[in-house]
Amino acid sequence: MSIIAQDTPGETVLLMGNEAIARGALEAGIKVCAAYPGNPSSEITGSLAGVADEFGLHVEWSVNEKVALEVAAAASFAGLRGLCTMKQNGLNVASDFLLNLNLTGCEGGLVLIVADDPGALSSSNEEDSRAFAKLGDLPLLEPATFQEAKAMTKWAFDLSEDLGLPVLVRTVTRVSHARGNVLLDELPRPTKKPRFDTSRPRIALPVLTNHKLLREKLERAGQVFETSPFNFYRGPEKPELLIITCGSGWMYSLEAVANLDLNERVGILKLGTTWPLPEQMVLNHLSKADHVLFVEEVSPFLENNVKELFAQNCVDLGLKRFSGKATGTLPDIGELNPDIVISTLQDILEVFYEPVSAEYALRAKEISDQLVPERPLGFCAGCPHRATYWAIKNALALDGRDGFVAGDIGCYSLGIGPSGFSQMKTLHAMGSGTGLAGGFGQLNAFGLDQPVIAVSGDSTFYHAVMPALTNASYNKSNLLLLLLDNSATAMTGFQPHPGTGKTASGQDAPILDLEVICKALGAQVEVGDPFDMKATTETILRLLQDVEGVKVLILRRECALVRGRTQKKLFNMEVDQDLCLGERCGCNRLCTRVFKCPGLIWDEIAGRARIDEAICTGCGVCAEICPSLAIRKEVV
Amino acid sequence: MVFQKDPFNVIIGGVGGQGNVIASQVLGRILLPKGYVITIGETYGASQRGGAVMSHLRISAKDQFSPLIPEGQCDLLMALEPVEGLRILGQYGNPSVVSLINTRPIHPIEIISGQTPYPDVSEVLRRIGELSKGVWAFNATEIALEMGDPIFSNMVMLGALSMLDMLQIDRQGFEQAIGGLLSSGRLAQNLEAFDRGKMAVEKI
Repeated sequence: MSIIAQDTPGETVLLMGNEAIARGALEAGIKVCAAYPGNPSSEITGSLAGVADEFGLHVEWSVNEKVALEVAAAASFAGLRGLCTMKQNGLNVASDFLLNLNLTGCEGGLVLIVADDPGALSSSNEEDSRAFAKLGDLPLLEPATFQEAKAMTKWAFDLSEDLGLPVLVRTVTRVSHARGNVLLDELPRPTKKPRFDTSRPRIALPVLTNHKLLREKLERAGQVFETSPFNFYRGPEKPELLIITCGSGWMYSLEAVANLDLNERVGILKLGTTWPLPEQMVLNHLSKADHVLFVEEVSPFLENNVKELFAQNCVDLGLKRFSGKATGTLPDIGELNPDIVISTLQDILEVFYEPVSAEYALRAKEISDQLVPERPLGFCAGCPHRATYWAIKNALALDGRDGFVAGDIGCYSLGIGPSGFSQMKTLHAMGSGTGLAGGFGQLNAFGLDQPVIAVSGDSTFYHAVMPALTNASYNKSNLLLLLLDNSATAMTGFQPHPGTGKTASGQDAPILDLEVICKALGAQVEVGDPFDMKATTETILRLLQDVEGVKVLILRRECALVRGRTQKKLFNMEVDQDLCLGERCGCNRLCTRVFKCPGLIWDEIAGRARIDEAICTGCGVCAEICPSLAIRKEVV
Repeated sequence: MVFQKDPFNVIIGGVGGQGNVIASQVLGRILLPKGYVITIGETYGASQRGGAVMSHLRISAKDQFSPLIPEGQCDLLMALEPVEGLRILGQYGNPSVVSLINTRPIHPIEIISGQTPYPDVSEVLRRIGELSKGVWAFNATEIALEMGDPIFSNMVMLGALSMLDMLQIDRQGFEQAIGGLLSSGRLAQNLEAFDRGKMAVEKI
């Protein structure tokens, strides 16, 4: 049984932050959850999907974040509790709806969880989604611990119903993708029948009336926040330095204060409700300290809002010194950690800290720098994308017109680096590869003679490529889209999508055939197997050179990780070290120096290639690479 | 048992795909029922694709701590790959750290392509020894391969870890922790991996 479904109130269990959020939603009695996967948010809806049948929930992987929010909002409009989850980029997609939804308000509790990725550990940007709360006049909560992730999510539904507004919860990687003790509460089983009250239409017009109402709701949120238990202070009555923090900054601040033994000198005001600010509470603490440090992830959101509040009250408060990201005291890019907060406190309060002797630290760093190689990300052994990029690389080289790949979001984004032979030259948002390729295609009329190949995964196609492809067809662009169909949303944890024939909770669903859709959108469609690299290279070259208009080549092979779950190796691979000529072969070690699959390594002692039996997944593709036919595959 | 340090900091490191996250989760699930407050920080997402990965595990009798351990404060290191062990010591090591190392290398693509050499494993182990109070090293991957799948090496390592007597890991706790976490068809094999890891340490 899933741990989030455990009906044992009072028990303490180990939950990931995202599971704690999911549990909070269950304890709040949600009926509907809709989401598009994206790290670090995916496990929230993933874990709810696993218990959907047991709790009678509708849980879906929607095709994109805007639709997901609309699905969750419909539940709310009909009086049920709805949850919607996404990563930070997703909120950009959902924002068009969100910034009308704020005006219409909602009925049943509606909570939108956005998981930010400070440092862009698994993202194409590190935007701070909190800006949307301010932009949309929406209440914003930020959990700092796993227990709080659960409790805050649960409370967010009450707050949403109290205010008649959707509530934003912003979490970050180190809360969502971390685990800790969580105390379980009761699990309700609501049976309310949904009904849309037609006497109260949800229409943003008249805008000014609704905007006024929205401002009043937000003001009320500020009053509620003044006494919220998620905001509290720990430290001396009049601290030398006041830290104002939220989210993961709370744990880092505690750690720093403890390590530097600053309990008597530093106070921490931890805020869980960060927009609107609990103004009186913040002003009260500002009045007791002369120096304030802000510890928060990504942008100086709290910092600037508190300074704005200070400016309105400075006549009463007197002079203060503020330090944070905006003042350059803390780095304004990348992710925070305990060490950054420790060194900032050291600088401000001039205290000594040396967890290990300087001599050891230096030696450890020198040894590690000297011996430890870098380990860049790359495609897994047996990944169909490596074979695809190999074909792209060869086709573009044969074509000879300096062509390039317009990239998109997914595992195949690794085409920017060595394991995709650095073929990808543009990378932005979901669907942008095809949008850009369609634009480049229009430039042929002005003399652009470089071929452009757009790539898209299967899930990305349904999310945002379909409008771009429609646009290219209608506006008579010239483009080649390679649809890398690996039957999964692989980057985020293998969630199903409309092409897989399964719903989030594992029920059968009609397969929305990529081939049929692309044809309907006006494209000429071909299908190939990326593992057949020779044929794929030829097809790409032909489509680039001989055919005008919008062309889609669907390259179909299951994700190696998905395949590995159900199936053993396709082939037993072996390098015949008698046939391999090593450096003497004229191939420039094509198999290892160029192809670079982690399952095919270089045996330094023998001076020959060798299969790493712990890594190789037996896809058989590399056998095609070797000019000496030294790489052999044997059907398992 | 009260740890000599509170929090007691464990780092599990390796290469994406080696089962690093599961190993830290199992460890947390063994210790939580014993009354500890556990905090685990994990590397996820893009880092899974063959990159260097780390889990930070903090064990306390009283408080939740940051999911990231401050530099220089690792008490126990379990590395599923040798240079990954050294990478972690470079940042989190200190003279009292105890290191448990799987000696089987996984070559990064820049090694495969010949841009840089993989360092001599015995040299890596010697340096890890220089930076640790104690080192336990053996080839856990080989044991897992003997069992038919390299994926078991993380559980082999946990079995080995139980023999160091630094954490309260017992076979029963391990069995309870993996139940409900791993598919039931694989429980017996994972238990076998745990036992083989224990035996491997006895031989060192």
